[in-house]
Amino acid sequence: MTGELVQQYQQHIQDAYVAETPLCIQGGGSKAFYGRKIKGEILDVSANAGVISYEPTELVITVRAGTTISEINEVLAKEKQMLAFEPPCFATNATAGGMVACGLSGPRRPYVGAVRDFVLGLKCLNGKAEILNFGGQVMKNVAGYDVSRLMTGAMGTLGVLLEVSLKVLPEPEYELTLKGESDLATAIQLMNKWAGQSVPVSATSFHDGNIYIRLSGHKSAVLAAASQFPLSEYPDGENYWQSLREHKDNYFADDFSSDSRNLWRLSVPSTTEEINLQGQWLIEWGGAQRWLITSEPLEQIRNVAGKAGGHATLFRGGDRDGEIFQPLSTGIEHLHVALKNAFDPKRILNRGRLYKKF
Amino acid sequence: MSLFVDKLKTQIAKELIISDEELLRAYECDALSAYRQLPLCVVLPENVEQVQAIMQLCYQENVPVVARGAGTGLSGGAMPVADGLLLSLARFNEIIEVDPHQRTARVQPGVRNICVSEAAEKYDLFYAPDPSSQIACTIGGNVAENSGGVHCLKYGLTVHNIMAVKLITVTGELVEIGAESLDSAGYDLLALITGSEGMLGVIVEVTLKLLSKPLCNKVLLAAFDEVEAAGDSVAGIIASGIIPAGLEMMDNACIRAVEDYLHAGYPVDAAAILICEIDGAAEEVDSECRKVEAILKAAGASEVRVARDKAEGEIFWAGRKSAFPAVGRIASDYYCMDGTIPRKHIGSVLNMINDLAEQYHLGVVNVFHAGDGNLHPLILYDVSIEGEQERAEELGGKILEICVEVGGTITGEHGVGVEKINQMCVQFNTEELLQFHAIKSAFDPKGLLNPGKAIPTLHRCAEFGAMHVHQGKLPHADLERF
Ligand SMILES: Cc1cc2nc3c(=O)[nH]c(=O)nc-3n(C[C@H](O)[C@H](O)[C@H](O)COP(=O)(O)OP(=O)(O)OC[C@H]3O[C@@H](n4cnc5c(N)ncnc54)[C@H](O)[C@@H]3O)c2cc1C
Repeated sequence: MTGELVQQYQQHIQDAYVAETPLCIQGGGSKAFYGRKIKGEILDVSANAGVISYEPTELVITVRAGTTISEINEVLAKEKQMLAFEPPCFATNATAGGMVACGLSGPRRPYVGAVRDFVLGLKCLNGKAEILNFGGQVMKNVAGYDVSRLMTGAMGTLGVLLEVSLKVLPEPEYELTLKGESDLATAIQLMNKWAGQSVPVSATSFHDGNIYIRLSGHKSAVLAAASQFPLSEYPDGENYWQSLREHKDNYFADDFSSDSRNLWRLSVPSTTEEINLQGQWLIEWGGAQRWLITSEPLEQIRNVAGKAGGHATLFRGGDRDGEIFQPLSTGIEHLHVALKNAFDPKRILNRGRLYKKF
Repeated sequence: MSLFVDKLKTQIAKELIISDEELLRAYECDALSAYRQLPLCVVLPENVEQVQAIMQLCYQENVPVVARGAGTGLSGGAMPVADGLLLSLARFNEIIEVDPHQRTARVQPGVRNICVSEAAEKYDLFYAPDPSSQIACTIGGNVAENSGGVHCLKYGLTVHNIMAVKLITVTGELVEIGAESLDSAGYDLLALITGSEGMLGVIVEVTLKLLSKPLCNKVLLAAFDEVEAAGDSVAGIIASGIIPAGLEMMDNACIRAVEDYLHAGYPVDAAAILICEIDGAAEEVDSECRKVEAILKAAGASEVRVARDKAEGEIFWAGRKSAFPAVGRIASDYYCMDGTIPRKHIGSVLNMINDLAEQYHLGVVNVFHAGDGNLHPLILYDVSIEGEQERAEELGGKILEICVEVGGTITGEHGVGVEKINQMCVQFNTEELLQFHAIKSAFDPKGLLNPGKAIPTLHRCAEFGAMHVHQGKLPHADLERF
């Protein structure tokens, strides 16, 4: 059945290659809002679903790209394992393919790594309709260029993902969330200080004048660490982090479709001091991921993020026909265009989803 | 002297250029000394502008460039190319900045791996990837090979522990890849550069991630009468939800070699030993240690020792760390393989390797990163005995093919270089190899950077395929044979 599906996709790409028809790759559609708006024939790859193999002792799961994240989470939870990078779903039908293509990670990211750190290998179709396998199912593999990680976050512009192998980790035995009042500058200081100490921090955030920290690990170690913090236990921790990850928190309540306020994601060095842009801030990832709801002009936001040594993404709202991601330097852009041509010479796969130019 | 070297001298101070044959000898190979080649010349630039000028000239004159760190590579990656320039980054040896608050270190590529952790020590930070060669190998070489070490099981490989690189492209342009933020816009070029074996550009600066030192650690040593049992307990530990900081295995031949060399008190009659390090907060370490001990015993360990203190733990490790020199004493030459396999196959693959070794009348010693399933069979041979080296290489190739067959890979951390170029034809098909070549061309259209390494030409695979039938099937059956 799935073999046939893959053949179908292959044929579709083959035809598109000949006719030079742009294709719009679609999984669950949960992240359709993300990236630039593009036109093209829909290539729906959500039906290619299912767990192919999962061996808890190997810490590896291999799934077809259409498998939903929630199914993966369920399968792993039975063995007390997890996708440690806590991928956001944004909708129940979010798929593994979309997760890898968008490259988004959740609250645990600064402490264990991002999606790309857990991608071990993948199977894909390139823009010439060739089926290719890269990486594998083992922890260490340096044979050939690391195409699996290159495709992670490439927004489907380099290939259609068919299967992915992901490293998984054991669930922590115990978790505890602490909360306390703080101002933004102090919160950034504290988050960086904690990250430099040997305490089992697994998530941090700041908003509405409160700092939150999650500790994960062995129960005794978590409790011992918790007693060192001048914060109090926050009983609803699990829901809190989930709602942050899924953008269900009140902070994200607006759909940013009408007024001039947009949701920005600024990725900056964690120690970056308070950023001089007006709006509502929500800080995560030990200071390295900063959400901003603002109507400040795009150029200014990009400028400030760039100067801080990071980049800004117009996450929700605004002009989806414009540039959503931080413009690239000339040299880097040149390499991007050359890589796009190397994988997808006719530029049929998600053309323009990442950058207008390719 | 060549016209090119004369031109080079108009751009770069003469003192930085070596073209005298005697002096070039020092650069003719890396740690895989079976492969040797003299370059046209060696240049030791001291700053980025000089690297740019060299690259521009080479590009203009179509002269190949091979970058070199410390030359400790084990796959011939830094072996020079005839008529090519060898670019040594040895003088790029400065730690530019350690930022304890941000927990990063910005270093030049010629900095030796161990120097980073030494510089970070005063802040209670460390740089996690710790290849056994860490006192000699450079950060540039580590990035180019995506090197690992005994602590990679818990803390990740080089790719997980770097944030940014500055790269000089083949045309001499400086590009900055990655950032001190946790991600950057566009494609993950940082991942692509990591492990690219000097094929895509010359690394002139790296920003490394530093981690806070664990509060405490404990080391266990377990002896087994059977290799399979040792392999099974590796899987058992991982399955129990524990990720040790290190989990290493040695077989009997290795235990004996090490014991003769170091007298670490290893159990010389054991078929295999496992060394397991647990780190974290005190309570956590104690409890996980007890769990691991129970798992090891249940899996059939004949003896489990828990180091009483730091000193004893260091003795447990000392044997593992000196395994290569110890093996160097029992054989005139050895050939180090680097396949990775799913952990569950450790026992069976080790047995297959032993059978093969018997067939080839060669000794094999095993010491490896068991937790990651990364094998390092050391094939013993004597280069002065006619035909032994060829037999050793053939056996090595066979071992790698077993690794691929059981779902693994031909190289976990040492890279393909020139050494494993034929086995790349076993692991990848024609389209995949062509895709690799297309990536290479995107960075290096003239193919001047480290030519002939890492990715085989289809022609080469066709030739290899002609001699080599894999599982009854000719690889690349669709290709014309030359
Ligand atoms: C005894 C011993 C033990 C070892 N143990 C381990 C181990 O535990 N784990 C492990 O992973 N490896 C190990 N190695 C292999 C080796 O040390 C690593 O591959 C190391 O990263 C190589 O670093 P180097 O500076 O010596 O690089 P070199 O050997 O000089 O070069 C290696 C490759 O990197 C390229 N390169 C070097 N510098 C640059 C640069 N600045 N820009 C672009 N390309 C560059 C070269 O062209 C070449 O392809 C071991 C080697 C020995 C001899």
